[in-house]
Amino acid sequence: MNVELLATAAKMAVTLGLLLNVVPIMVWVERRGSALMQDRPGPNRLGPLGLFQALADAVKFMFKEDVTPTAVDRPLYLAAPVLALLPALTTITVVPFGPDLLVHGHVIPLVVADADAGVLLFLALASLGVYGIVMAGYASNNKFSLLGSIRASAQLISYELALTLSVVAVVIPVSSFRLADVVAYQRVHLWNFIPQFLGFLVFLVASFAETNRLPFDLSEAESELIAGFHTEYSAMRFATFFMAEYISMTALSALGVTLYFGGWSLPGVHLEGWLGALVGLAVLAAKVALCLGFFVWVRWTFPRFRYDQLMRLGWKVLLPIAIVNLIVVAALTIHGTL
Amino acid sequence: METAIFLLFAFLAVASSLVVVAHKNPVYSTMGLVLTLSAVAVLFVLLGAPFLAVLQILIYAGAIVVLFLFVLMLLNITREEMPQSGQPVQRWTAILGAAIFFGLVGTLLWRVYHAANRGPLAPLSEQLVSLKALAGELFAEYLLPFEIVGLLLLVAVIAATVLARRPEDAENAGTAVGPVLTGTATTEPDPSGQNPDFGGGGR
Repeated sequence: MNVELLATAAKMAVTLGLLLNVVPIMVWVERRGSALMQDRPGPNRLGPLGLFQALADAVKFMFKEDVTPTAVDRPLYLAAPVLALLPALTTITVVPFGPDLLVHGHVIPLVVADADAGVLLFLALASLGVYGIVMAGYASNNKFSLLGSIRASAQLISYELALTLSVVAVVIPVSSFRLADVVAYQRVHLWNFIPQFLGFLVFLVASFAETNRLPFDLSEAESELIAGFHTEYSAMRFATFFMAEYISMTALSALGVTLYFGGWSLPGVHLEGWLGALVGLAVLAAKVALCLGFFVWVRWTFPRFRYDQLMRLGWKVLLPIAIVNLIVVAALTIHGTL
Repeated sequence: METAIFLLFAFLAVASSLVVVAHKNPVYSTMGLVLTLSAVAVLFVLLGAPFLAVLQILIYAGAIVVLFLFVLMLLNITREEMPQSGQPVQRWTAILGAAIFFGLVGTLLWRVYHAANRGPLAPLSEQLVSLKALAGELFAEYLLPFEIVGLLLLVAVIAATVLARRPEDAENAGTAVGPVLTGTATTEPDPSGQNPDFGGGGR
């Protein structure tokens, strides 16, 4: 049996398993976190700290009646949740989670897809996520859904520019699109969020908009659009959209952590072999967990933006900042400061 | 293995591009276009150009086709109404397009045939096109064409801005004189101000 093929399969299994388990845990964190911030107990009956509530929710979603309204465009309606989930699941494959591992004389890089253009591949796959939302809104044959998905597509296109430009500014001093190289660069230099703080801020704000999270969840604004693009979805299909949201949050957190906070590495820690791999995975998971906690914190702290404010922020504030940051970083890199 | 992947995605590309041209619902056509672009991107990877594949997904599938969908949804086009017979302009452009297509295919086949007559074809280089090599070619060897393309895009952007922006004197003239002049489809000024009133030009 080919060792490399086997290793790739194992890496895929680990990544997929972790990602799918993030969803119920995040639902629990979200509900308990919001309860903590609003000074109420939250779900605390099932299991220790209410942890089994997530299991109960999952079972409930699976066994609820799945209602398909008669007026929908059926093929697109059924395809939309899958279209939303697939890009979310595939993007994280380019994020490395440990140092190279030596198994039976084969060097196994601890990343599922060790692509030359890794950062670009992430952005490309992430940009496909909008189709799930747009198709859901269109196929539902519902005004609120359609409005939600029109908002989502305009929002995603606007913020993708700022996000991409802030990511490119990280790539310039590293002079490689491979995320493993970005991590290696940060093991020698400072973590990127210090020299590139401006770009980091742009990335942070844009990633909230990219994942449709509050304060930018205009596409599912309850007070205006019922539930936006997934108004007509029920049971497991609704849960699939939910999963897509949490998994893309996780993937984007993993990208952000890798670009700005050293990825799987910790300063002063240089472990090799299996121990290094396990520690790397644990460090990356811990950093991503902190990011996800931040997502929850922000969601229950800030009110929702108005749509014109969202567009103005994207085009007139974030995009110019991102461009200035890019030029400054490029100039400093040529000058040799970075 | 590689042949199987090629056949699968080549078939997918052809089938989905048939959906693009043949489907009555423009939204399905657009989704077919996304599928075509993705399948062709896989073919690019097989040809050793992963960077091109990523850019194709990032720019075409991820941004441009989303704008197509956006416009379709804003205009609320659900079904294409087929006229019984096409305009003469359409027919001539179709004939011209077909001539160019078959000319290209014919030239390609002819060259392959002649090359094959001269001996076995050299295999494509196994080496992937690296990003650094590509950037070097683009910004050193082909800098002038690159800049010209950039200028072309800039011109297009300026043109779009000029078209979409309503001149200030035309705004007054449009509301005062517009209805009298045009009198047909655009008598009501658009309340949202999103749709520039061109005085019914071309209607």
